[in-house]
Amino acid sequence: MSTNPTNDAHGASNSGKKAPAGERVADWADGRLGIYSLAKANMRKIFPDHWSFMLGEICMYSFIIIILTGVYLTLFFHPSMNEVEYTGSYVPLQGQLMSEAFNSTMHISFDVRGGLLIRQIHHWAALIFLAGMFVHMMRVFFTGAFRKPREVNWLFGFLLFVLGMFTGFTGYSLPDDLLSGTGVRFMQGAILSVPVVGTYLSMFLFGGEFPGGDFVARFYSVHILLLPGIMLGLMVAHLILVFYHKHTQFAGPGKSNKNVVGMPLLPVYMAKAGGFFFLVFGVIAVISAIASINPIWAIGPYRPDQVSTGAQPDWYMGFSEGLIRVMPGWEINLWGHTLVLGVFIPLMIVFPLILVVIAVYPFIEAWVTGDKREHHILDRPRNAPTRTAFGVAWITWYLICLIGGGNDLWATHFHLSINAITWFVRIAFFVGPVIAFIVTKRICLGLQRRDRDKVLHGRESGIIKRLPHGEFIEIHEPLGKDQLHTLTAHEQYKPVEIGPTVDENGVERKVTGSQKLRAKLSKGYYGEDSQIPKPTAEEYKEITSGHGHH
Amino acid sequence: MKKLSARRRHPLAAVVVLLLALAATGGLYAAFAPADKAQADDTAQSLAIDEGKKLYAVGCSSCHGTGGQGSSDGPSLVGVGAAAVDFQVGTGRMPLQQQGAQAPKKKVIYNQAQIDQLAAYISSLGAGPSVPTEKQYSPDGADIAKGGELFRTNCAQCHNFTGKGGALTHGKYAPSLEDVSPKHIYEAMQTGPQNMPSFPDTTMPEKEKKDIIAYLDAVNGEKTESPGGLELGGLGPVSEGLFGWIFGLGSLIAVAVWVAARTAKAKKS
Amino acid sequence: MSSQEIPEEKNLPTEQETEHGSVAVADENPFADPGLPPHEHRIQDIDERAAKRSERAIAFMFTLSMLATVGFIASFVAIPADKSIYVWPIGHISGLNFALGLTLGVALFCIGAGAVHWARTLMSDVEVADDRHPIEAEPEVRAKVMADFRAGAQESQFGRRKLIRNTMFGALALVPLSGVVLLRDLGPLPEDKLRHTKWAKGKKLVNMNTHEPLRPSDVQVGSLTFAMPDGMSEHDHDFQVQIAKAALMIVRIQPENIKDKRELEWSHEGIVAYSKICTHVGCPISLYEQQTHHVLCPCHQSTFDLSDGARVIFGPAGHALPQLRIGVNEEGYLEALGDFEEPVGPAFWERG
Repeated sequence: MSTNPTNDAHGASNSGKKAPAGERVADWADGRLGIYSLAKANMRKIFPDHWSFMLGEICMYSFIIIILTGVYLTLFFHPSMNEVEYTGSYVPLQGQLMSEAFNSTMHISFDVRGGLLIRQIHHWAALIFLAGMFVHMMRVFFTGAFRKPREVNWLFGFLLFVLGMFTGFTGYSLPDDLLSGTGVRFMQGAILSVPVVGTYLSMFLFGGEFPGGDFVARFYSVHILLLPGIMLGLMVAHLILVFYHKHTQFAGPGKSNKNVVGMPLLPVYMAKAGGFFFLVFGVIAVISAIASINPIWAIGPYRPDQVSTGAQPDWYMGFSEGLIRVMPGWEINLWGHTLVLGVFIPLMIVFPLILVVIAVYPFIEAWVTGDKREHHILDRPRNAPTRTAFGVAWITWYLICLIGGGNDLWATHFHLSINAITWFVRIAFFVGPVIAFIVTKRICLGLQRRDRDKVLHGRESGIIKRLPHGEFIEIHEPLGKDQLHTLTAHEQYKPVEIGPTVDENGVERKVTGSQKLRAKLSKGYYGEDSQIPKPTAEEYKEITSGHGHH
Repeated sequence: MKKLSARRRHPLAAVVVLLLALAATGGLYAAFAPADKAQADDTAQSLAIDEGKKLYAVGCSSCHGTGGQGSSDGPSLVGVGAAAVDFQVGTGRMPLQQQGAQAPKKKVIYNQAQIDQLAAYISSLGAGPSVPTEKQYSPDGADIAKGGELFRTNCAQCHNFTGKGGALTHGKYAPSLEDVSPKHIYEAMQTGPQNMPSFPDTTMPEKEKKDIIAYLDAVNGEKTESPGGLELGGLGPVSEGLFGWIFGLGSLIAVAVWVAARTAKAKKS
Repeated sequence: MSSQEIPEEKNLPTEQETEHGSVAVADENPFADPGLPPHEHRIQDIDERAAKRSERAIAFMFTLSMLATVGFIASFVAIPADKSIYVWPIGHISGLNFALGLTLGVALFCIGAGAVHWARTLMSDVEVADDRHPIEAEPEVRAKVMADFRAGAQESQFGRRKLIRNTMFGALALVPLSGVVLLRDLGPLPEDKLRHTKWAKGKKLVNMNTHEPLRPSDVQVGSLTFAMPDGMSEHDHDFQVQIAKAALMIVRIQPENIKDKRELEWSHEGIVAYSKICTHVGCPISLYEQQTHHVLCPCHQSTFDLSDGARVIFGPAGHALPQLRIGVNEEGYLEALGDFEEPVGPAFWERG
């Protein structure tokens, strides 16, 4: 290689003519950061077009919006619980004693121009962030996008969802209003229920007895630093893995497990994804202009002896609220100690259980199928009936808990008895998911049958034809090649067999419990009752060769 | 004179004042000389009681008993006072349409004169709180912030932060306080209708009731401002969550569908 | 693969058809992948006038965004923060919030809409296929990494010198303990703090509304009153902590309607005083139904019967509300005859 002592190593320098300024800056950066090799791999990266692939972007953008608006709010918010008298411009609270945290939130809402808007954007974006993560997670679940090689990214996403819940909860508590204070009190009661160490944990968290004077400041550093810091790291890792794995795609003509078909990052997705950020921000800004959220002035400052009916957390914590509302009040006193099962079971056992069940599902499915290959083609939910049924059952479970969390409002708005709703939720908690599972599986199988019919007999055209001998038939239009391929591209597993328990030499082989369980699960997943065999080429040819016979 | 001033404190005094006005509109005023007021009161009152008794016999006695002593279908009305009658009948809760968890607010079927007659009859059965005067319940000059604190201590637990109402056990509920007149709010606090506990003057003086009424007028009145925009029912996080899902995430998904959709192709010729 | 194991691959479907047969065998397999469909042109690709229209639409959106930003700044300057406007059907709202939100929203949305419209109508829409490569490394790479790792481990003598290894693990395991110990001063030890409240023998019951001590005659049947102990003030530095335990709910029930014997003994002429703090997770419970004597918690619907020792009749609470024993002092005021006999509020391990 020839050396050029005065110029950098790039070709532009050799031509004698000066390169454009942009190129020179890029050359400079490449010499230090190696951006060209990064750009080579990513600049024309292909992304498939599908609306459901943009759900994750909604989450990412609302997270960015939350960070931007959150930084603004920290400029005005005082995370302190010192009691002050309100002297701001909202008349119905003038002269009230309140914590500085509440006072400064009032200041942001009424006396900082645009402060209310930023507060509302922050809170609405938080609700949408969590809702977006929920829907995104379900999209990944129902299409089987969590399969190898994306299991780790599934877990990253799951952690983001859980951390988002707690970041949201700590943020909800910061204004120290009557509603959030009640929520914190609830959390403190839950901590007290922990056997052996509950009272210690509570004293340490609150710096003494509830409410004390510390929790706002402590929640503040957790809310603005600790949790979002972890989340930001996880989100970056999540994105890097998306780039590294390349995006999944639905089956279709020209799309295989070994390619990805779509538009390049530069320019199409730069414009689409970049533009989408502004769209998300714009929609949230408009919502914040027209809809009020968490009007703390109407709620009032926190006092531990005051409360309002309709005391609920934000929606993402609603299912834990439902769990605690419908739990019977079990309490065991033994040897001078109290086991507060009525609080401990729903919050410390069932609450994590509901979350963990969905988080570990990909690993269970991978174990049942024994499939170690990479999957980049998405399943249509109907083609994985057991998985889909499980997912719907889980959502049903979650929704039932959410209903329980709002039982008082359903009672007043639908003229029902709150006790009846509570009993309904108690029963539905166990029965609902089972029914949802069975119904969903049946629907999936029905849809599979319909696909099979469509492939073998064509699409119903709605045209009735009379045959020469008087018979009426409906004309079925045969499907095009594209559709034939799309409808038959999915894979179908066969159930695993335990195999003969005696091998060819007559030696008995041990069958472990886990093998039996796996065979059973596999049969449940892929047995005769759990999937409709997709049409084979032979069946298709046989039917299509003898036309007119149905 | 002494007799009159003693009667001014009588629980029925307010009724009497109202009845006087009623008598005037009925053209009866001419029959009574202004000099003979005390006697006029008595006569007008007994007249109202008689009228009230007739109304009672038709509309109320089937549940509350012929003499207001109560039955299995309705509580005794002895000693509930005129304020209770004015509230229950004046908000349409009574007469009851059907037995249920709670008597709902509905269309008022008696006019105010008839309500006053009923009230006069019921208070003749036993002394109880009288109908408040406008001076008592008018929110003018009350301390709104103090009212807010009192509201959060005494009322919000059932009626919600700003009086939107809430659920009680077995289908009972604390109703919304929107569009409830100050007089009826005052009477409700005074008498404790149905399952609502009462907040008598001994524990919540007149001044504090006014404060509460003034606070409600400020946060749940016709002119109440919701600076942030749509109030979403004022119900807190449940309605906010529903709105966030349906309109927030819903519109974003609609936008995503547009972003990812194929652009229309030129027609092939 | 040992015979003990279930053959891993046996249940797997054969590789997708597309992978061994492509267009060449399409005649034999009706379901074979026909390959990417030919690209179809958009109107904008073939009609320059349509493309111009798109261009103008995009430029219009970007211009609108600029105007909206100007509107934002103008609103910020011109509209006072406390100006209330009526917007149908939203209601009386803050003019500033509405104007700022809408202009900001339009300014942002138009940038996004312009960019997306540009991408959709003018940028190339030819679908491109990109090959994937397995995530797993090639066997040679794997072998090399393993060998390198073994060599490194060997050179460190980590496996051979057990003493170093074990002491290192010990040191690493212990060092975080310093961090844990540092958390000790986050708060005091619980001791018996949760067992005591401000109530004590002789403390008068002070009405929360009027801040005056209560007389028995003040408390009527069917009424609901809240009280705190004499000597407390909202300006006390520990008011919040104390009221969180001491808040009291007072009702009067006809003595013949009180079913619980101890409740009657601890009452005064039917006046009973119960802790206002729910025994479930500590919400201030006070939804008193005066006809049924039930009190409901607004947070989780635990229901207690105040005429029967405040026992739980519905919901998740585990035990009755603690009752405060009350009497009347010489001056005729209601007073406490001691502190609560059991801890108020949520149950905890040491409660017993």
